[in-house]
Amino acid sequence: MMMTMVHAGFWGLFASIVFTTLLAASQGLGFTRMNIPYLLGTMFTADRDRAKIYGVLIHLTLGVGFSWLYLFGFEAWHGANWWKGLVLGGVQGAFFLTFGVSLLPGIHPRMASEQQGPTVLKQLEPPGFLGLHYGRRTPISIFAAHLVWGVLLGVSLS
Amino acid sequence: MPPTSPSARVNPPIEDYAIIGDSRSAALVSRDGSIDWLCWPRFESPAIFCALVDATRGGAFGVKPRGAFRTTREYVGDTAVLRTTFHTENGEFVLTDAMPIASPDDTHNLLIPEHEIVRVLHCTRGEGAVEVQFEPRSGFAQWNDKLTDRGLLGIRVDTRQGLLTLRSDVTLVMADDRSAAVGVKHLRAGEAIHLSLTWAEDAPAVLPPLGVWTREVIARTLRLWEAWSARTRYDGKYRAQVIRSAIIVRLLAFAPSGAIVAAATTSLPEKRGGQSNWDYRYCWLRDAAFTVRGMVELGHADEAIAFTHWLLHATRLTQPVLKVLYDVYGRPPPPETQLSNLAGYQGARPVQTGNGADNQVQLDTYGEVIDAVWRITVAGHRLDRVASGLIEAFGRYVCIHWSDLDSGIWEPRGDPQRHTHSLVLCWTALDRLIDLQDRGALRARHRELFVKTRQQIRSEVETRGFNAEIKSYTSILDGDQLDATALLFGWYGFHESGNARMRSTYDAIIAALSPRPGLLFRDSAANDDGAFGICSFWLTEHLASGGGTLEEARAAFEATLGYANDLGIFAEEIEPSTGAALGNVPQAFTHVGLMNAALSLAEREASDTRCAELAT
Repeated sequence: MMMTMVHAGFWGLFASIVFTTLLAASQGLGFTRMNIPYLLGTMFTADRDRAKIYGVLIHLTLGVGFSWLYLFGFEAWHGANWWKGLVLGGVQGAFFLTFGVSLLPGIHPRMASEQQGPTVLKQLEPPGFLGLHYGRRTPISIFAAHLVWGVLLGVSLS
Repeated sequence: MPPTSPSARVNPPIEDYAIIGDSRSAALVSRDGSIDWLCWPRFESPAIFCALVDATRGGAFGVKPRGAFRTTREYVGDTAVLRTTFHTENGEFVLTDAMPIASPDDTHNLLIPEHEIVRVLHCTRGEGAVEVQFEPRSGFAQWNDKLTDRGLLGIRVDTRQGLLTLRSDVTLVMADDRSAAVGVKHLRAGEAIHLSLTWAEDAPAVLPPLGVWTREVIARTLRLWEAWSARTRYDGKYRAQVIRSAIIVRLLAFAPSGAIVAAATTSLPEKRGGQSNWDYRYCWLRDAAFTVRGMVELGHADEAIAFTHWLLHATRLTQPVLKVLYDVYGRPPPPETQLSNLAGYQGARPVQTGNGADNQVQLDTYGEVIDAVWRITVAGHRLDRVASGLIEAFGRYVCIHWSDLDSGIWEPRGDPQRHTHSLVLCWTALDRLIDLQDRGALRARHRELFVKTRQQIRSEVETRGFNAEIKSYTSILDGDQLDATALLFGWYGFHESGNARMRSTYDAIIAALSPRPGLLFRDSAANDDGAFGICSFWLTEHLASGGGTLEEARAAFEATLGYANDLGIFAEEIEPSTGAALGNVPQAFTHVGLMNAALSLAEREASDTRCAELAT
């Protein structure tokens, strides 16, 4: 079991690197302004440059954690393959976009809310429904990246 | 009050503009409180407000009292924070404009927007209605982005390059076509409105709160600018003008790379209604030596070193060939593109971006770059192995190509010629390399070649670059046209400024190129253009360095200073008949010329004082 978890963790790390790269490319190409490392890192520091470094580390760590959840999911679903990964990735992406982002203003210590606006401590723009405040094509980019993440894990753990 | 479509405006005079900036980008603010020019995120980015080059369609961001007013304005102390005071029939309103800057500590501890402009309009006496007019036109008014009202999160424009957000404590109402927003508020003495315009490429964007926070941001920016200005080592009679010039050069420096752009704008005409409209939001290598001398001697060596590092970094990809100009990251500028949707400043078309001069050969650039490195080294900064190799390679290139045709410093779009100034700068390049070898800062390789070629160049200049009939150095070899650059030959050490040939050249130039005291055309071919600001300061440079008396130098300097606007800002050129500013603004090279002329005057004063003391 330990070896399987290490295997899943390794591929979770790899898939997260691909995920982060895809989103960075989406941002560079103008599909979205969402910078997940910056979003995560600013939970711990206001420093823009450090936040991005912290954010990448947090994101990769979360990726390893999620790979274990996927591992349990695949085991409960009688094994892994690419389309099961696609389905799980899609579910995770949809959950994040609809429910996850709506929780962010409550969780993130530096994020403003739509109701109160920015304050001295909370100055970061909230994501809005489906993350649309971060660009019209943000939901597509985020959802597509989650699908790729799921497929990579499905294939690697099959 | 619903906003109306932008009314037909008339471009104010160029000298009506003030600059605010954050050493990454800059905005121009008119005398009536309108931001008519802003490029984000960098100097050369597509403009978000460009009423400067199309008063009707270009978009602007205005804050002012309603009705009639007159204005006075100033920078707050030695800072880049602008204060415009509106005097109305019933009151007085003070508008403070700043692009905030932050210290390293601030960036560690505070959320800082990628770019921000803060504006505070404070009623200091009486009362009256004030209005805010927000008309962003991203992509030089080509992208047709629409405004979105997000309530407490502000009014936003999601452009192709990033998010523009305006937050205000004035209620803003959007036009039906979502192209503009307007707000009106009645203020009484002691009340104020606050506005924060931010730019973000990363999401989540930072949206600063308003009110006390806005005033703290301005206070922080004031402190940082005051601390920077206090480091300026110049206590002469012209301290205010010198510090203002240093601040403007600092504003035009792109902090992440050290590059200094020539000006903040594009396409302001060099002649009223003319077609000589160029994009100056790039970095010309030729400005190097003057900039380095000015900043080092004024105590701002960090900026000079950063600029020199950028020079050497930018030229790595093309060395030993030097291009004329680069963008702030050292890349070639984009090709010239005309923006046919814009009417131009007071109808002067074309409005264009990019710059085609980068395809020219300008041999003087080698002398400027090597002279800049020499000045940094002489000031005590070590020359590393890479930099040594680069300037040595430039020197060898000069030895091979000094007799080639080139376009010269003024970049005419005609056929290349053999320019006397370019030759003198080739001489300067080799002279500085030899001096660095003498000082042991550079290996003594190719020394014989450098010495021999330097002598050949001098001989060529003296036999073919000086016209005995008109008793002057000329623009091109064997020519009879004058060129203001000849006044610099003393500065580069090619001759003493008091040398007979330099004195007669000065007399010829004054007779032919000076329309009024303190003003100078760049050359005989440009007599119907404006007088060049930098050339006008070269008069002082020549006189102060031995070409005239101290009194003559002071008189020339003060005459030229008289053509600055009320804030001490110079554009590229000055219209002799009216004294009006022409061309792109503010022009770094003109302000660098002012700093250097003031330094030369101070040196001359010190030297004359020493001589007088010795005599007694």
